[in-house]
Amino acid sequence: MALQAIAFYLMALVTVAAGFCVVSARNPVHSVLWLILAFFSAAGLFVLMGAEFLAMLLVVVYVGAVAVLFLFVVMMLDVDFTALRQGFARYMPLGLVIAGFLAAEMVLVSATVAGRGAAADAKAPAASGADSALSNAEAIGRVLYTDYVYFFQAAGLVLLVAMIGAIVLTLRHKPGVKRQVIMNQVLRTPKTGMRIRDLKPGEGIGE
Amino acid sequence: MNFWETPVGWTILTVAHILAVTVVLLLTIAFIIYGDRKIFAGVQARKGPNVVGPFGLLQSFADLGKFLIKELVIPAGADKAVYLLAPIISVTLALGAWAVMPIAPGWMVSDINVGILYLFAVSSMGVYGIIMGGWASNSKYPFLGSLRSAAQMVSYEVSIGFVIITVILIAGSMNLTDITEAQAGWLINWNMFGGSKEGTLNNLPLILIMFPMGVIFFISGLAETNRPPFDLPEAESELVAGYAVEYGSTPYMLFYLAETANIVLMSGLMAVLFLGGWHAPWPEGYLAAWPAWLASLHGLVFYALKTFFVFFMNAMVRSIVPRYRYDQLMRLGWKVFLPTSLVAVFAVAGWLVYTGLPG
Repeated sequence: MALQAIAFYLMALVTVAAGFCVVSARNPVHSVLWLILAFFSAAGLFVLMGAEFLAMLLVVVYVGAVAVLFLFVVMMLDVDFTALRQGFARYMPLGLVIAGFLAAEMVLVSATVAGRGAAADAKAPAASGADSALSNAEAIGRVLYTDYVYFFQAAGLVLLVAMIGAIVLTLRHKPGVKRQVIMNQVLRTPKTGMRIRDLKPGEGIGE
Repeated sequence: MNFWETPVGWTILTVAHILAVTVVLLLTIAFIIYGDRKIFAGVQARKGPNVVGPFGLLQSFADLGKFLIKELVIPAGADKAVYLLAPIISVTLALGAWAVMPIAPGWMVSDINVGILYLFAVSSMGVYGIIMGGWASNSKYPFLGSLRSAAQMVSYEVSIGFVIITVILIAGSMNLTDITEAQAGWLINWNMFGGSKEGTLNNLPLILIMFPMGVIFFISGLAETNRPPFDLPEAESELVAGYAVEYGSTPYMLFYLAETANIVLMSGLMAVLFLGGWHAPWPEGYLAAWPAWLASLHGLVFYALKTFFVFFMNAMVRSIVPRYRYDQLMRLGWKVFLPTSLVAVFAVAGWLVYTGLPG
C-alpha cells in the first residue's frame, strides 16, 4: 500500500538521520536525545511490520527506562570536549578499519538473508501449533515458552547474574552512617521511646 | 464504496475524532484544575477561586489568557531548541495517550491490541519533558528537579508495570476494551474486587490481592504524575519550583497542562483497570434495547463518574498528606511496592492456573 510505503520511508529516513546525529552531535546530551528519536522511529518501523507488541516493548524498555538512565548519567558527567577531540586524528584510521569491518559484515549478512528469502529460516507460527488469528504477544509467548524455553531461561539467568554483579560492585555499608530503620520506628512504644522524670526546681537532669 | 471508507474520508473522520476528544479533554482539564483548587481550598477552609464567572468557574480560562499574553523569556544560557521542545513533548505525550482510552463503547480513537502497553509506554515517556526542561534551563534547581523526577518515575513505573500485569492476567488480554468488558456485571465483578466473570464469583479470593494492587496503582500513579505527596521534582520548599523554575508564559502553561492531563489519564486508567471502566455497578442487560449512541453515552457517564471519583481521591491526598522525603520515596517504591506487586503477580498467576485459565 502506498501509504505504508510513505510511512516506511519516512520513518526509516528519520531512524537513519537520527542515528547519524547520535554520532555527530557535539553535545552528549543531544546525542542521547537523538538516540531516543532513533529508538522511537524504530518502534514505528516495528508497528509497520505488524509487530506492535515488540514496538511497545521497545518504547517501554529502551525509551522509557534505559534511555532515561543514559540521559541521567550523561547529564551528570562533566565532559571536557577538547580532551575528547584531542586524539581524534590518531585514532581515526583504527576507527575507520573497525567501521569498515562492521559495514562489510552487515552487507554480507543482509545479502545472505536477502538471497535466501528473509523469512526462510524463521519458524512459521503454524509450525508451533498456533494459528494466524493469534495476537502478537500470544504468538511470541507460544514460541518463547516452548521451542526456545532454554534460551529464554538462559537469558534470564544472564540478566540475574548481571544484576547481582552490579549490586555486589556498588553496595557498601559505611560504618558510622546513621540510617533510618523503619522497623525500629514502627516498633517504638511509649515505654522505650519516652522517659518521665520528676524534676525538682533548680535541678537539671544529671546525665 | 462509501466516501467515509476511502483513505481521504477515513483521514478526515479520524482527525475530526481526535479533535473532538482533544477539545473535550482540554475543557475537562480546565474544570479539573478548578475543581482541584476548590478541593484544596475546601480542606484548608478557604474559598478558592470565586471571582471569575459564577462560583469562579471560568478561573482556568482567565489563567489561560494570562499565560498566553505573558512575554516569553528564554534564559540566556539555555539550550534554546531543547528548552522549547520540552513542554511540547510533554503536552504531546499527555494528549496522545488519550488515543486508546476506552471512554465509552466504541468511542475511542484507536482500539489497538496492545492498548494498555501503549498507555504504559506513553506515560513512561512523559519523564522526558521534565528531564529535558530541567537540563535545558541550565540552572541548578531545575536540574536537581529533573534528576529527582527521572529517578522517581523510573522507580514507580516498575510497580505500575507489575500491577498492570496482574490486571492483564485476570482479563486475559491487553486490549483495553476487552479488559473493560471482562469487568461487566455487578460491582463485585470489577478487578478491584477480584474481577470475576459476569454472574459468577469464581475470582472472589483474589480480592485479597487485587484490592491492595488497586491501592498500589493509585499511589504509584501519584508518584508517576509528580503529585503531592510525591512532588519532589517541584518541591517548592526545597527547589523553588523544580524543573519549571526558568519557565514562564506559554511553555509553563504547556507543562502545567501536560501534568494535569497526566493526572486525569492516571485517574481514567485506574477507572478502566480496576473500577470497571464504562460499566455501571449493576448488570446492564437493559442497554440492549437502547440505541447505540445512548448506550455509549450511558457508558461515558459512568466512565466519567469513576474518573472524577479517582481524581477526587487524588486531590484529597494532595491536600491532606505531607510531602515524602526523597529517601523514603525511593524506599517505598523499591522496597515496598516492587516486592509486593511481584508477589501479587505470582499469586494471581498461580490462582488462575489453579482454577483454570480464562478464555
